[in-house]
Amino acid sequence: MSVRGRIVRISGPLVVAEGMKGVQMYEMVRVGEEGLIGEVTRIRGDEAYIQVYESTSGLKPGEPVEGTGAPLSVELGPGLLGTIYDGVQRPLPRIAEVIAEKAPHRRMFIERGVNVPALDRERKWTFHPGDPDTGRKPAPGDTVNPGDVLGWVQETSIITHKVMVPPGVHGRLKWLAAEGDYTVEDVIAEVEVDGETRGIRMMHRWPVRVPRPYKVKLDPSEPLITGMRIIDTFFPMAKGGTGAIPGGFGTGKTVTLHSLAQWSAARVVIYIGCGERGNEMTEVLVRFPQYTDPWTGKPLMDRTILIANTSNMPVAAREASIYVGVTLAEYYRDMGYDVLLVADSTSRWAEALREIAGRLEEMPAEEGYPSYLASRLAEFYERAGRVEALGSPERLGSVTIVGAVSPPGGDFTEPVTSHTKRFIRVFWALDTKLAYSRHYPAINWIISYSAYVDLVEDWWHKNVDPRWRSYRDEAMEILMREDELMEIVRLVGTESLEERDKLILDAARLIKDGFLKQNAFDPIDAFSPPEKQFKLLQMIIDYYRKARELVEKGATVAQIREAVGRLYVDMAKAKFDIPNDRLDLIDELRAKVLKALESLEARLG
Amino acid sequence: MLGVREYTRVTEIKGPLLIVEGVSRVAYDEIVEVELPTGEKRRGRVLEVNRNIAVVQVFEGTTGITTTGTKVRFLGKPLEIPVSEDMLGRVFNGLGEPIDGGPPVEAEERRDVNGAPLNPAERDYPEDFIQTGVSAIDGMNTLVRGQKLPIFSGSGLPHNVLAAQIARQATVRGEAEEFAVVFAAIGIKYDDYLFFRKFFEETGALNKVAMFVNLADEPAMIRLITPRAALTLAEYLAYERDMHVLVILTDMTNYAEALREISAAREEVPGRQGYPGYLYSDLASIYERAGRVKGKKGSITQMPILTMPNDDITHPIPDLTGYITEGQIVLSRDLHNRGIYPPINVLMSLSRLMKEGIGPGKTREDHAAVSNQLYAAYSRGVELRSLAAVVGEESLSKVDRLYLKFADEFERRFLSQGTRENRSIEETLDLAWEVLSILPEEELTNIKEELIRKYHPKYRMQAQAGAQQA
Ligand SMILES: Nc1ncnc2c1ncn2[C@@H]1O[C@H](COP(=O)(O)OP(=O)(O)O)[C@@H](O)[C@H]1O
Ligand SMILES: [Mg+2]
Repeated sequence: MSVRGRIVRISGPLVVAEGMKGVQMYEMVRVGEEGLIGEVTRIRGDEAYIQVYESTSGLKPGEPVEGTGAPLSVELGPGLLGTIYDGVQRPLPRIAEVIAEKAPHRRMFIERGVNVPALDRERKWTFHPGDPDTGRKPAPGDTVNPGDVLGWVQETSIITHKVMVPPGVHGRLKWLAAEGDYTVEDVIAEVEVDGETRGIRMMHRWPVRVPRPYKVKLDPSEPLITGMRIIDTFFPMAKGGTGAIPGGFGTGKTVTLHSLAQWSAARVVIYIGCGERGNEMTEVLVRFPQYTDPWTGKPLMDRTILIANTSNMPVAAREASIYVGVTLAEYYRDMGYDVLLVADSTSRWAEALREIAGRLEEMPAEEGYPSYLASRLAEFYERAGRVEALGSPERLGSVTIVGAVSPPGGDFTEPVTSHTKRFIRVFWALDTKLAYSRHYPAINWIISYSAYVDLVEDWWHKNVDPRWRSYRDEAMEILMREDELMEIVRLVGTESLEERDKLILDAARLIKDGFLKQNAFDPIDAFSPPEKQFKLLQMIIDYYRKARELVEKGATVAQIREAVGRLYVDMAKAKFDIPNDRLDLIDELRAKVLKALESLEARLG
Repeated sequence: MLGVREYTRVTEIKGPLLIVEGVSRVAYDEIVEVELPTGEKRRGRVLEVNRNIAVVQVFEGTTGITTTGTKVRFLGKPLEIPVSEDMLGRVFNGLGEPIDGGPPVEAEERRDVNGAPLNPAERDYPEDFIQTGVSAIDGMNTLVRGQKLPIFSGSGLPHNVLAAQIARQATVRGEAEEFAVVFAAIGIKYDDYLFFRKFFEETGALNKVAMFVNLADEPAMIRLITPRAALTLAEYLAYERDMHVLVILTDMTNYAEALREISAAREEVPGRQGYPGYLYSDLASIYERAGRVKGKKGSITQMPILTMPNDDITHPIPDLTGYITEGQIVLSRDLHNRGIYPPINVLMSLSRLMKEGIGPGKTREDHAAVSNQLYAAYSRGVELRSLAAVVGEESLSKVDRLYLKFADEFERRFLSQGTRENRSIEETLDLAWEVLSILPEEELTNIKEELIRKYHPKYRMQAQAGAQQA
């Protein structure tokens, strides 16, 4: 029986209704005559405080509020990939169609009260019974448990969608559908649970604020290769890891997240545009279909789900969008996929929390944020991880979470950045000064960190080169040393430095220009495969090592630069001049550089 | 639809707010007419309803209102303005009512000034290059049609002159059609308003301009409506009448201050520097009303102007604006004091939509690389300039001294131009190559070899000499 009450108060996205006795915390409710979607965030007596996910303009006290008996949930099943949803999982293209039916000239606007299901109810999918990898097929009479694979659907060219026994269903399989075409609502299996027969469909619902269950959580063990040099080589991400990318406006948060979504070696990518620009979502919608997934060669949209709650859309839905996204991520994780979730920007989500809390007249903590900001952030990042999924056959899957943080005035001591730091393992700190000089990605190499360096070392040594760590560490050292030297340079200039130190500046410049800077929009440079990253670094560091030898023998940096001549620029430009399938040219260039230095050595005697 | 309901129990007046009790079926965000005992009428809107109590914000302020004898009429609809093509060439007050002595607007349609969010799936990505004729913008911070690009300025800096120059010179190459301009004056001084008015008159553009005017001495609460009224007309012209519309909103700092005032009156928990926590979302509901949509010819290009309090870019107003707009043009007091016009601090400026608007077929193939190189070289030059101030030029290497020279020439030749000087994009890029050629060729690490061979003045001269010999 659903609860029915009446509105007594409206203040922005917050509505208070009375006569709501029996309503549950976080229950989804329908608000007003138009049935706007809302969620109960506080209960006092028979009053429910409701955050409304659509504009409340025009609502009046006295209008009805109806409970749905269920918490805010998402629909899970085939048809999620390639779709763009709003913050409460309504497909945006369908919203436009529904509006256009009533008023064609209003098609481009989002009006409220549009009711469209997340998954297409008409579309038929070819269901294949059994597990797609092992071929194992549960037979009638078998006991089945949550997560057991009943069959599969080819959802897109990249993703085989496993149809699993939903969480909470333990019983005896009575019947499993034969291969055939079914809608997400058709029953494809029957399970006897406690003497009662339950139909299983390809679609089920899951409450967004509850993490989906798994068997065990494991430590991350592999890098999530992104094709971005400063990330993969210096501050690597791991599959199942957590990271934050804070930075003032214009420092490159969104471009980096777009690049991650485009190039990462993830199987499924969930992109949440949370309180950011409309055009940035449009850009993904326009650009991604023109690209292929670098790892499978298939259309990029076939692995992507977009969730768009832009800055001008209702603020409460911004709060929900993060949970909607992470629930979808967990669902594909449960199938055994490595999922990457990027959220741009978690600060806007925190601000939505703050706004709702303010309307609830809750006691504010730092800078007006509610006292539970930290625990909400922790809960969100906690939903990342590499897990052994429920059910059989055994599967490992992961959710990697990367959140952008938008600190006011670029100040990293503010609450969202400082709390986020406690819950993430990778910190890509964007630097306004680097961005001003168009050093992109503007990730500051002095204050950024990754806790996964030791953990991914093995992978690099096995798959790329056993000297990876030593080259990486030496490059890092040069950059650190340069940073120290710059303090001195600021006082005395460069000319009075010792040659050894001048060489550090020279090598650091080459590392910056030839390795760290990476143009996300250059057709060659946008994606740097691990082998290329290693070869570029090796070339630069070998140049430095040999040059240092010469300096120790009395050569000056000026002589060294003269000896290598144009080869220096060639090294700096190798990243975009040398195509990714001609890495032998980097070796060639490295050999030329070393030869030039050797002939200088010979001349010096 | 609700009819008009009238109540008289005003129980409290604070700041711009009236508390009205004993109301029933009052809608959130509904528009209100307040009638004073003198017969004077003011407008307002409902900010909150709690059972039978309504909180009403009065646009014209509460001065002179008493708790007795005041009638509050709830009009049963949100604030709407009529929209029509005939509004071009007219002048309106901050609420969208004509103040030019002309006839009332023959409404083709009335629209809620709050608008509705654009569906991201129905947007089209902006990518048509607008040539403004200003090198620092076209060359390094390119504007495209449908972009929202603000000018961050400071008091006394020539933002008005620059905005006017852009409005006068902006063209999309290959198209004859001009921009229609919707101009919103938000709490600006009379002489600033006059500057724009004269400018539009002189350029003969007045019949392509609609002005919404709220001046500094007019009620502050109206400022919350003015940009919305202007954008409501702009949306109509762009998406119903296929026009390319340029919207100038000045000064958004006055807008944000009005918002702070109302928030303080409501005793809300303040965010940074007393501005409400929802300032970001509120500004976004204005700035996001720009762009292009699928299947429509028209577009809205937004150029908000704001003055940074104390020239501080980290102040909440420019800060939150920069987080929403698609870049920013930042004016520098230092350059202005050194007599450079336009005093654009290119390092702090940014156009996020530049990459889609430039390149072969749009501007020129070397555009992106040249721009990147200018940034890299100029930022190095500026850094070395402050270093040289400490350690002396002689403590710099030979190459570093060339960077100093580059920075000077960049400011003197590339950045500086006349207020009526309209440079083509080719002129701008060629000028860039000229100043870049001060540096040794090995320093041009952002530009691919083939482009250097094609556009570097040295090779161009060689090619010309070769051609002459042949
Ligand atoms: N890796 C990159 N390569 C090239 N340009 C970049 C890169 N990162 C950022 N940019 C430039 O910086 C601008 C701002 O980046 P963006 O990611 O939108 O910043 P933020 O999200 O931090 O505000 C972009 O429009 C682009 O011009
Ligand atoms: Mg961004």
